[in-house]
Amino acid sequence: MHADPAGVMTGTHFLDGDHACCEGALAAGARFSSGYPITPSTEVVERFAARVPTVGGTFIQMEDELAASIALQGAVWGGAKAFTVTSGPGFSLMMEHIGLAVMTETPCVFVDVQRGGPSTGLPTLPAQADMMQVRWGSHGDYEVIAVCPNSPQECFDLTITAFNYAEQYRCPVFVMMDEVVGHMTEKVVIPPPEQIEVTPRRYTTLPPDEFLAFKPGDDLVPDMPRTGEGYNVHVTGLTHDERGYPDMTPATQDKLVRRLQDKIKKNVDKITLYEAEQIEGAEVVVVSYGITSRVAQRAIELARNKGVKVGKFRLITAWPFPEKQIAEIAAKVKALVVVELNLGQMVREVERAAAGKAPVRFVGHAGGSVHRPEDILQAIMEVAR
Amino acid sequence: MSELTELTVQNPVEEFLRMDRIPHIWCPGCGIGTSVNSFAHALIDAKIDTRNVAIVSGIGCTGRVAGYVKQDSFHTTHGRAIPFATGLKLANPKLNVVVYSGDGDLFAIGGNHLIHAARRNVDLKVICINNLIYAMTGGQTGPTTPNDVITSTNPYGTFDASFNLPYLVEAAGAVYVARWTAFHVRQLARSIQEMFAKKGFSFIEVLSPCPTLYQRRNKMGDGLDTMKFYKEVSKIRNGAATKDVALTKSGEITVGKFVDRERSDYRDLLHDRLLDSLGDDYVETEACTCQ
Ligand SMILES: Cc1ncc(C[n+]2csc(CCOP(=O)(O)OP(=O)(O)O)c2C)c(N)n1
Ligand code: SF4
Ligand SMILES: [Mg+2]
Repeated sequence: MHADPAGVMTGTHFLDGDHACCEGALAAGARFSSGYPITPSTEVVERFAARVPTVGGTFIQMEDELAASIALQGAVWGGAKAFTVTSGPGFSLMMEHIGLAVMTETPCVFVDVQRGGPSTGLPTLPAQADMMQVRWGSHGDYEVIAVCPNSPQECFDLTITAFNYAEQYRCPVFVMMDEVVGHMTEKVVIPPPEQIEVTPRRYTTLPPDEFLAFKPGDDLVPDMPRTGEGYNVHVTGLTHDERGYPDMTPATQDKLVRRLQDKIKKNVDKITLYEAEQIEGAEVVVVSYGITSRVAQRAIELARNKGVKVGKFRLITAWPFPEKQIAEIAAKVKALVVVELNLGQMVREVERAAAGKAPVRFVGHAGGSVHRPEDILQAIMEVAR
Repeated sequence: MSELTELTVQNPVEEFLRMDRIPHIWCPGCGIGTSVNSFAHALIDAKIDTRNVAIVSGIGCTGRVAGYVKQDSFHTTHGRAIPFATGLKLANPKLNVVVYSGDGDLFAIGGNHLIHAARRNVDLKVICINNLIYAMTGGQTGPTTPNDVITSTNPYGTFDASFNLPYLVEAAGAVYVARWTAFHVRQLARSIQEMFAKKGFSFIEVLSPCPTLYQRRNKMGDGLDTMKFYKEVSKIRNGAATKDVALTKSGEITVGKFVDRERSDYRDLLHDRLLDSLGDDYVETEACTCQ
């Protein structure tokens, strides 16, 4: 399905990442957002609050992030495409409702414009230190999808992708930005609506008496009912059967939680997005994502000028993690260099996937600024030796 | 034979219950089921399109109501029924959104959401089962537990002040506030029906026995004894000043409709504001729903 033209600001713009993210959400069909102000993410909802009444929709500023992260789920069950936006401290408060969205298979998007933590940390400065929190922060076993834009253009593009994945797989999808990507201003090209693919909600075509709200299709994802149309669905965060009724037995738990994981795990190849460049014949491959990939690019070029064969692997989806691709690379290179704005998060996944086939060198710091290209260059040169 | 025929006649409330989930989990003598009966009668009498009635609950014994009513029903997280309901209502305003939850859920962990929804005057119908205790988790003290009561976490008795719910909710901005007990089944049904006719944040407190964890531990008898107690000490005072209706362990229970006033609801205010500011640029929608 193509984007609803009402939400698409076709043209070439000069936008920061936060604003581009908002335009992506509008283009994807988001007509509801519930937010709570927090730097460096607030500009997304400020723009949404200004724009959405002119395209037909609602923004509400809630009393806290606990409320913001569930009001949007109410809106989704009411029939809207919806998202919320936050940063570290707010993201921490949203964890319980990530679990709710997973368990109730509520298609929705969370944007986290990452800043330095723990706690209040560095409100106005960047980090990429919520990467494990997004994967593991809510209790219980689950899988998520998380995308990492590295430019305002990608903030636009990948927010649309996030909405599309959410509808396709009926799960929460995360746009993991950071303060620099959120606040940097660059050219953003917004295509005409007929060039924007939008995944429609999977509404059931069955009548109420034949419909089971949590009976999955072949792709392990159930179709959704429309609220207020006599389906009388029951939606609960409790372990439930295909009718949606609570059924707290180990057998139902196992069946349900495995399916919730499998609907993502079994589609990894369809979901995974990455950018790979000059991997063939590389001695060293630099793995990075988000803003860090922009800085790593400079270091990669400097190293190539010095005659080192350096490949670049950029995670566009951090979750599910492109395990297979990293394993293949690890089998061929001398070493991997992982660059991220934290003290070691995605590097653990790289190490796990590399499984000792190549050494993994980590280049990170606790946040507050982007890397110095020289630090990355030095790591590349050392491992290439 | 005539007896048998009578038995097979369907109780009119069954149409509104998920009979395939009966027996329910509630204890004998519990007041929650009684209130659901009143709720179902209100649905029958309100003569509204019940397909548009959605129920949102939090977590607790009362939170399980969402699982027994045959409506679109959402059993959310502890304390967050109101913000979920807010999103549901704003995205799909044709829905009559009812929040059905417990005293702890709505006034402790969810207290902030409740006062803000009342302040905004979001068009929600809130039914609070006040059993004066955290029942689901085994009888701990809650924000409505009166003084001199033994609970599992105040084994030597409660001593700090409790909330007077009608007073709090009125102050926060609700347009309709009433209190009944599980004894007042007809009045409760009528009140719920009135709430359906009301636009804006409406609230009914239902004082309800939890014989298992409150009454027995405090030597106040069983469910039946509690009904007798409610009958004895309740005084109907419609229009009573909410500041005067605080509950104590064994004193008068003032019941009735305390507040019934008009105030534009959140959506109307939002609509008027946007129309005023944006003029022709404002795109009005029936709902924020996607295709
Ligand atoms: C975040 C969270 N904290 C704690 C709990 C445990 N819990 C479940 S129900 C409940 C209290 C319910 O009390 P109330 O709202 O009065 O409902 P009742 O059981 O009395 O009807 C608590 C504390 C939970 N489910 N979630
Ligand atoms: S524990 Fe109390 S509130 Fe819960 S079902 Fe039993 S009587 Fe009712
Ligand atoms: Mg209670």
